[in-house]
Amino acid sequence: MQDRLITLQTEAIEKIEHASSLKELQDIRVQYLGKKGPITEVLRGMGQLPADERPKMGQLANDVREAITSKLDENIKKLERAKLDEQLANETIDVTLPGRPIRKGNAHPLTAVIEEIEDLFIGMGFSVAEGPEVETDYYNFEALNLPKNHPARDMQDSFFITEDFLLRTQTSPVQARTMERHKGKGPVKIISPGKVYRRDTDDATHSHQFMQIEGLMVDENVRMSDLKGILTTFAQKLFGEEREIRLRPSFFPFTEPSVEVDVSCFKCNGKGCPICKRTGWIEILGAGMVHPNVLEMAGFDPKVYTGFAFGMGPERIAMLKYGIEDIRHFYANDLRFLQQFNRS
Amino acid sequence: MLVSYNWLKQYVDLEGVDPHELADLMTKGGIEVEGVQALNEGINGVLVGYVETCEQHPNADKLNLCKVNIGDAEPAQIICGAPNVAAGQKVAVATIGAVLPGNFKIKKAKLRGEASQGMICSLEELGVDPKMVPKEFADGIYVLSDEAIVGSDALGYLNLDDHILELGLTPNRADCLNMIGVAYEVAAVLDRKVYFQKPEFKEQSETAADYISVNVENQEDNPYYSAKVIRNIQVRPSPTWLQNRLISSGIRPINNIVDITNYVLIEYGQPLHAFDYDQFGSKEILVRRAKDGEQMVTLDDQKRTLKGEHLVITNGNVPVAVAGVMGGADSEVTDKTTAILLEAAYFNPSIVRLASKDLGLRSESSTRFEKGLDRNRVYEAANRAAQLMVELAGGEVLEGIVESGGRYVDCEEVSVSVSRANKVLGTTIKTEEVQLFFKRLDFNYDLEEDLFNVEVPTRRPDITLEEDLIEEIGRIYGYDAIPTTLPDGSTTQGSLTTAQKKRRKVRRYFESTGLFQAVTYSLTTAGKANRYHGLETDEEPSFVSVSMPMSEERTVLRRTLIPQLLEVVQYNQNRQMNDVAVYEVGSTYLAKNSELQELPNEHQKLAGALSGLWQTHPWQSEKKVVDFYVVKGILDGLFALLGLENRIEFEQAKRKGFHPGRTAIILLDGKQIGVVGQLHPGDQKEWDIKETFIFELELDLLFNAEVNPVFFEPLPRYPSITRDIALVLDQDIQAGDVKNGIKAAGGKLLKSVSIFDLYEGERMEEGKKSVAYSLTYFDPERTLTDEDVTKVHSKVLDYVKDKFKAEMRG
Ligand SMILES: [Zn+2]
Repeated sequence: MQDRLITLQTEAIEKIEHASSLKELQDIRVQYLGKKGPITEVLRGMGQLPADERPKMGQLANDVREAITSKLDENIKKLERAKLDEQLANETIDVTLPGRPIRKGNAHPLTAVIEEIEDLFIGMGFSVAEGPEVETDYYNFEALNLPKNHPARDMQDSFFITEDFLLRTQTSPVQARTMERHKGKGPVKIISPGKVYRRDTDDATHSHQFMQIEGLMVDENVRMSDLKGILTTFAQKLFGEEREIRLRPSFFPFTEPSVEVDVSCFKCNGKGCPICKRTGWIEILGAGMVHPNVLEMAGFDPKVYTGFAFGMGPERIAMLKYGIEDIRHFYANDLRFLQQFNRS
Repeated sequence: MLVSYNWLKQYVDLEGVDPHELADLMTKGGIEVEGVQALNEGINGVLVGYVETCEQHPNADKLNLCKVNIGDAEPAQIICGAPNVAAGQKVAVATIGAVLPGNFKIKKAKLRGEASQGMICSLEELGVDPKMVPKEFADGIYVLSDEAIVGSDALGYLNLDDHILELGLTPNRADCLNMIGVAYEVAAVLDRKVYFQKPEFKEQSETAADYISVNVENQEDNPYYSAKVIRNIQVRPSPTWLQNRLISSGIRPINNIVDITNYVLIEYGQPLHAFDYDQFGSKEILVRRAKDGEQMVTLDDQKRTLKGEHLVITNGNVPVAVAGVMGGADSEVTDKTTAILLEAAYFNPSIVRLASKDLGLRSESSTRFEKGLDRNRVYEAANRAAQLMVELAGGEVLEGIVESGGRYVDCEEVSVSVSRANKVLGTTIKTEEVQLFFKRLDFNYDLEEDLFNVEVPTRRPDITLEEDLIEEIGRIYGYDAIPTTLPDGSTTQGSLTTAQKKRRKVRRYFESTGLFQAVTYSLTTAGKANRYHGLETDEEPSFVSVSMPMSEERTVLRRTLIPQLLEVVQYNQNRQMNDVAVYEVGSTYLAKNSELQELPNEHQKLAGALSGLWQTHPWQSEKKVVDFYVVKGILDGLFALLGLENRIEFEQAKRKGFHPGRTAIILLDGKQIGVVGQLHPGDQKEWDIKETFIFELELDLLFNAEVNPVFFEPLPRYPSITRDIALVLDQDIQAGDVKNGIKAAGGKLLKSVSIFDLYEGERMEEGKKSVAYSLTYFDPERTLTDEDVTKVHSKVLDYVKDKFKAEMRG
């Protein structure tokens, strides 16, 4: 009986292995494990065995049934998977076709430049201050040491609304307003980005509306050498570690001394190229030590406090950085232009 | 200011400093040299020639056949078409092989059968701006002075071996608007000496005071006025050297008298005026304010109407000049003039500025008056002109000068301490060094310990404060030598404000959603500004308008960003970019009342415009056009990002410029903060763009809304139960209202309601639609039973049936 069972197992497993379709496997299941199958038959004949042999034989019969079942299941799975794979082969796609486009916009390049600069100065302890674009004559001019009838103040350059109000021509009024809020107590460390307006005819290098970023630091011991230090750090972070800066004497009514700040050319490393007009230097900022009149008008004692201020044009920086040749691109909002700044 | 390098050499030794080096040093020192122009650029082979004979060309009426000695054994035959060529002249000859500006090469030529071995040159052919060419040579060749040596290089005689430095002067450095001032600056920069001579000339025994008197009504308007009389002058062309110097300064030579006044203007920076003494009309000068409406004809033959604010020179009766601006036509120097009344004066700069602006007359003279002259150089300048009139016009100068006001004023004294200078600059400059700097600048001083009391020369009126002297110290010391340090004061923490952070968040959201950021102009037209504002009001508000717009398109400040964004849509769609999705954050402005008496209301707004396809799958021919719900979905996401999703409502509305049936106002806590909708198809046609959806939000209101911080809500521990219902509703019932009704009726157990289907097709009864809602019930404390839900759910159904006349759909 034992031999019979082992023979059945070997025989069934052999058949299973040779079966090539699910149908055959089903037949094998019925043939061996069905109610009329040989194993059932063997089990039925167990009554004739001596009582002490029955459990052992029962166990064996179950093992054989178990072995055949698991082999059957295993091969059924294999065949089913093979059949599925055969079907899936027909579902093959062309992986080189383009993917579904994801909609993505991006910042305007001026915003990108402004935010980059904001973050640089925030890292150096500056805050971002904002103010109105329609300004009073006082904050736009007088508080910045440009009294009425000052030769450097030309009515022709500003969009006046009334005699007392105008579109700000610079973001420096924000400096005057911020200093006033500090009520004569330092430190004041701000940068103020924003739109400004001047009566320029729009062309490749002029725009009646443009952006400006100005910075101000006022404290008890601020020196021109600190201005050099802060601007060097700024230039190196914005244009690369190897950059140097150079100060040239200049004039702004609200600073004294005043300087123009050049940065060594990031394209040619100072060797001279068309970008820097072969000088190796690119003019990028105006700056200076805050004029004592400006400090005084804003409520700071110029005997105690000194400060520096600087201003730059995001358009110019963006034009240099990205090689843009016409300032009007910034305000036309041509998508083919905007899309190029998708890394910002 | 154009500075001739050759001329400058007269005052400062420039040995070993070429024009380009000089330019670099001046720029570093604070006077920016914007360009250095070599006048001989592109010129080669131009020699001095002597015209031996000049006859008419045998075959051409208008051509001359000249024999010109250019130093060779045989004179060259040159054909010349200039009407002013004549035998006996010394001329500039471009010989065979010569090159003229524009890479014009001179070759042997044959003209009407006669050989021509070169060209006799006009100034224009030598690269001189035709506007600068003296009248007598305007239509022909230039005639050199007699001393020119035949066969030598002609450029020297033409001053074309010079370099011109173009100064870009800042308004504070008007002292460099003349050669003497530039000489002082260059001397300081190079640490060299300034040389110049006091003008000297012989005076006649007769005194000027017998010929003219000077009265000034108001000393404040005119602190100093002086007059000299020069007789027996001969008006004629100036000598070559003078013409050359004027040309190199950008001034056209006219005649010796005018040229002399212009020469002194450039040399001393002092504007002068020469009247024809015999045409002056009296022996009296009265300087007074003009009468309102008073008229005079100026040198340019224009009749000018004057105002009470203008200062005039009169002959005691009628104006003969507008002070510092322009002389009158009646007393103009002409070829017939024999006696000169020479004016040298110092007028109040702001009066000159006003008059030149009012009359639209800006000249080399008026700009110098406006920017401030060297008060102490006026008298010297008058003498310099008199000297030149003697030398170049054969004049006789009457004894003395007739004056009003003080000839000289005292120098201002300004003090600076070395310690303060070092503190401001961050340097360690020594007192001895500062002494040297002031010597280089030619500033007198006395020194008490480390305090310099400096006598500031009158040529530098820009220096009035200690800081001004610190700048002088700094720039002579050299900014390159200032160390680089970092501030050592109190440290501060830099940061963005909450609103600034939110603005960045909003920008990132829109960009990740697929919109591009636009930046547009703030100035627009009132017509555009008064549409699309999303308010119910129709009346024209008080726009903020600029008083002198530059163009009709930019007259008022915008109150809405939408028109500008529509311009962006239009711009792009005109260029075949049909799918446009842009947004902008920017300020809008309205005056508080019609007269702008205080700053206008300035609000930041956030607006967008979307047109064309929203989503495409190019090769699967899948296209989703922008519609209202695309835009609404974007805004829903924005409100969720700001934590406001449960406080926002969209309410059907009609607004100017918007589609009457596809527009909603957006309410935050019941208050309007924005509008969204389709651009009115009528407007769309006018804009000539595709169907476009627009929105605009008040950023300040959006950002200022108080929002509770995020607080974690425990994850549900019990299952929820969902029931779907389909309601047949009248078309005019809004799905959102029903949703809100369901929410209210569902009470605490109704966790959420969503709309998942809408059917308006032909199987519906006319005027009806079917909307399907999915209701989710949930109790955080226990597992809900079917009975629990059924109880609430039937309450909800009863409510909507009753409130919205809804019917349940099968
Ligand atoms: Zn370069």
